[in-house]
Amino acid sequence: MRLAAIFLAASCLAGAGAAYAADPIPVKIGVLNDQSSLYADLGGQGSVWAAKKAIEDFGAAAKGLKVDVIFADHQNKADVGTSVARQWYDVDGVDAIVDTPNSGVALAVSGVTKEKNKVFINSGAATSDLTGKACTPNTVHWTYDTWALANGTGKAIVKTGGNTWFFLTADYAFGHALERDTEAVVVANGGKVLGKVRVPLNNADFSSFLLQAQSSKAKIIGLANAGGDTINSIKQAAEYGIVAGGQNLAGLLIFLTDVHSLGLKTAQGLNLTAAWYWDQTDANRKFADEFAKANGGKRPTMVQAGVYSGVLHYLKAVEALKSAKDGAAVVAEMKKIPTDDPLFGKGEVRADGRHIHPMYLYQVKTPAESKGPWDYYTLKATIPANEAFRPLSESDCPLVKKG
Amino acid sequence: MSTSPTTAAPPAATVRTPRTGMLALFGIAAVAVMLVAPFGVYPVFLMKVMCFALFACAFNLLLGYTGLLSFGHAMFFGGAAYICAHTIKVLGFSPEIGILAGVAFAAFLGLLAGLLAIRRQGIYFAMVTLALAQMFFFFCLQAPFTGGEDGLQGVPRRPLFGLIDISKDINLYYVVLAIFVFGFLVIYRTIHSPFGHVLKAIRENEPRAISLGYRANQYKLLAFVLSAALTGLAGSTKVLVFQLASLTDVAWQMSGEVVLMTLVGGMGTILGPIVGAAIIVTMQNYLAGLGEWVLVIQGVIFVAAVSLFRRGIVGEIIAIVSYYRSGKQQP
Amino acid sequence: MFELLGIPPQALFGQLLLGLINGAFYAMLSLGLAVIFGLLNVINFTHGAQYMMGAFGAWMLLNYLGIPFWGALVLSPLVVAVIGMVIERTLLRRLYHLDHLYGLLLTFGLALIIEGLFRRQYGSSGLPYDNPLPGGTNLGFMFLPNYRGFVVVASLVVCLATWYVIERTKLGSYLRAATERPDLVQAFGIDVPRMITLTYGFGVGLAALAGVLAAPAYQVSPTMGSNLIIIVFAVVVIGGMGSIMGAIVTGFGLGVIEGLTKVFYPEASSTVIFVIMAIVLMVKPAGLFGTAK
Repeated sequence: MRLAAIFLAASCLAGAGAAYAADPIPVKIGVLNDQSSLYADLGGQGSVWAAKKAIEDFGAAAKGLKVDVIFADHQNKADVGTSVARQWYDVDGVDAIVDTPNSGVALAVSGVTKEKNKVFINSGAATSDLTGKACTPNTVHWTYDTWALANGTGKAIVKTGGNTWFFLTADYAFGHALERDTEAVVVANGGKVLGKVRVPLNNADFSSFLLQAQSSKAKIIGLANAGGDTINSIKQAAEYGIVAGGQNLAGLLIFLTDVHSLGLKTAQGLNLTAAWYWDQTDANRKFADEFAKANGGKRPTMVQAGVYSGVLHYLKAVEALKSAKDGAAVVAEMKKIPTDDPLFGKGEVRADGRHIHPMYLYQVKTPAESKGPWDYYTLKATIPANEAFRPLSESDCPLVKKG
Repeated sequence: MSTSPTTAAPPAATVRTPRTGMLALFGIAAVAVMLVAPFGVYPVFLMKVMCFALFACAFNLLLGYTGLLSFGHAMFFGGAAYICAHTIKVLGFSPEIGILAGVAFAAFLGLLAGLLAIRRQGIYFAMVTLALAQMFFFFCLQAPFTGGEDGLQGVPRRPLFGLIDISKDINLYYVVLAIFVFGFLVIYRTIHSPFGHVLKAIRENEPRAISLGYRANQYKLLAFVLSAALTGLAGSTKVLVFQLASLTDVAWQMSGEVVLMTLVGGMGTILGPIVGAAIIVTMQNYLAGLGEWVLVIQGVIFVAAVSLFRRGIVGEIIAIVSYYRSGKQQP
Repeated sequence: MFELLGIPPQALFGQLLLGLINGAFYAMLSLGLAVIFGLLNVINFTHGAQYMMGAFGAWMLLNYLGIPFWGALVLSPLVVAVIGMVIERTLLRRLYHLDHLYGLLLTFGLALIIEGLFRRQYGSSGLPYDNPLPGGTNLGFMFLPNYRGFVVVASLVVCLATWYVIERTKLGSYLRAATERPDLVQAFGIDVPRMITLTYGFGVGLAALAGVLAAPAYQVSPTMGSNLIIIVFAVVVIGGMGSIMGAIVTGFGLGVIEGLTKVFYPEASSTVIFVIMAIVLMVKPAGLFGTAK
């Protein structure tokens, strides 16, 4: 009976004139991110474009994969994020969700993904818990995390003499995590934390806090915040002559779009850690040019580049398995094959789901140094892959068996 | 057999009976539809609609039937959600006890907030509730057990009463449906009880109700607590559905959203909030791909509701129906 | 947080001054809201969006037409005020005979539309606007950027002028009379509807002016208004709905209180205003400067 059915199906296909030897493997990828507010510029539609570009560059159709991309806005609400994720998995047949900035939403989606045994490739969220205590066999964290940012910026700055710190911390879990991780790095490298102040989220005026930072006489003011909060604190620091007074700012999480929105005049001199910068290699520039053409001249952020690279690697694993249906198996395959793509180079996905690659320390150029729009960063140091991320020995991920 | 209009007495009794009968019939039909709905529509989506519909109904009890605009109902919704999530996840309560704990907390919070707020009128009432809700939001942001902006995630779906396996969406759906129908019936009974009539009297003319010997403040307080408790029921149920409680539930935007639902559906109508909640939740769900436009569309609906159909969708339908019934005598 | 209790007095002085600067924004915004509420009985939820439009106006004038900050200071509020008057004429006017609630809901909807459109067009992370008065003065106890000093002075002048016009001039007396008995004032031959339109335009213009003043100090972003509006509401309620002087004094006063909270208990600085609001409403329901109705 079954055999007959297969023959029937095969003959139907042949009759329809299908050129493929076998049915194409259906794969559906959902880009779930912020399309309308805080993180829309660093991910948003740019991430959707990056996912589609990855499918095109992979040559999915020629390799027998039929890949669809859909997207939705999670509005930075965990309940919206989970309900979209559930609906995608249950009804729309989505096999993998990518991007998803906002740590709260990311953790929620990671939980749903495990429950439904699908794949979650996160590029946009910062929390190192995704590959720490909340790690799952279905989640891969691609681009960066709080540990890597703290480690990169903290270590590099202390080593170059910035050994006294004052933290301006956004008063929520992400800010606390960033502050905690950075403080540990600063202290471990012989630095000292002179003080810290917890600032309510979406606070517009930072002058009071900056004044406190100023009177602490710390050499470095660490900005453990994100988005609009970072932008406003940097802008006002310039106004209050913080940098002119000899203190330096260290932005712990700054995206290319943040620098763009600040303008070089205000942002110059800022140290920051990032996973990817468009003007670093020829391959990056090529990607960025195509991105700019499709997205109104904007350059891609590391999050968007991460989406591209993550999707590419995901498709390789699906191709190897010839199926996208068993999420844990696909992720296991992603961990088995080494990563290699034009944007992030060679690397690996570790047992805890962490994608390992080098991180980079950049400094924002002065207006005089910049040759044109979006020419913003100078590379100051490369943090090699084996130092960039939290070592497995310190991991509290249940998937990692400690010897 | 023909009856002239003049002999259609006594009006109160005869008009009432068929209407109640019709309503009951309508209710049964609606429940029947809801029983089979999850086979056609995605059940998690339906559960979300029911949670918000219950929330809006509870809110409407206060706004539509008592005339009190609370701009802080998110604190009951989110507060109950946190308590329910915490007791189930951390203390290991079974879901029914968790929900009860959430409801009890919301009722208690409602009592506290009500005692402070009902002494004020109109816009000041709204502002006091807003102020209290903002303080509660701050508490939730700071308190360690809420998990800050990550929220409480991964709340387990343990068997209800130790018997019913609610880890399957379809089973949970019927539980949520039962909770919703229960909450709805409580509200329906309240509105049509003598208590409900006193509330309406207070809404229409408070000094007059007081002069008739009703202690308006006690009635208002009771209505406030009841509304808070039912809001808590909705918030707790939502925890079971989404397995999480987050700051979104206690933020002031949530208080605004429930006003929108009630307004669009029709405040002071029994079905209005349900329709409103269904429309808004559907929009949020299915327009999620439109990005920024969701905000604009929501705004347009707000403006249109206020400028064009002030009675809300259900309110306008009732007005049209009664217009034709009454022989086109009133507009 | 307690190690900060021992901060030296001159640092405290600096914080007080900063509070005053922030208070300047609160004062201008709550003043506009109070004027609109006093005369139109509308709680203008669009105020935050109009503040944001003022800031964007300045940005657009600079980037599309090359008009610098000082020109924008006049032009942008004018343009926003005209848009406001159109809204009043076409939408708000129909709601005056209804409960306050409807005005609030309508303006809330408008705020969503405006914010959504700006996000659509300009993204969410905001745009830079250069400081027109760079540099600063060292006051001994703190470094005061010139621009911030200018903001305080400008806002004080605007606030006091508004107060003077409404409370001390003939035009102001017409306005106040029209609030109490529009029918009588109309009977005296004064065009009350036009007066209301102009008043709304003025209130909105004040919001936009605050927006222009904010552009160099804060990020010009579509969400800048919605983050602020709830706080400004609280300021107006504490001062007493519709009270002009109340809005000004409370605006500056709360700025200072918030500033001090930022030193002693920074986590609570966004909540302290609501605590004060709840207390004030309990003790003096009409607000500090309001008259009970």
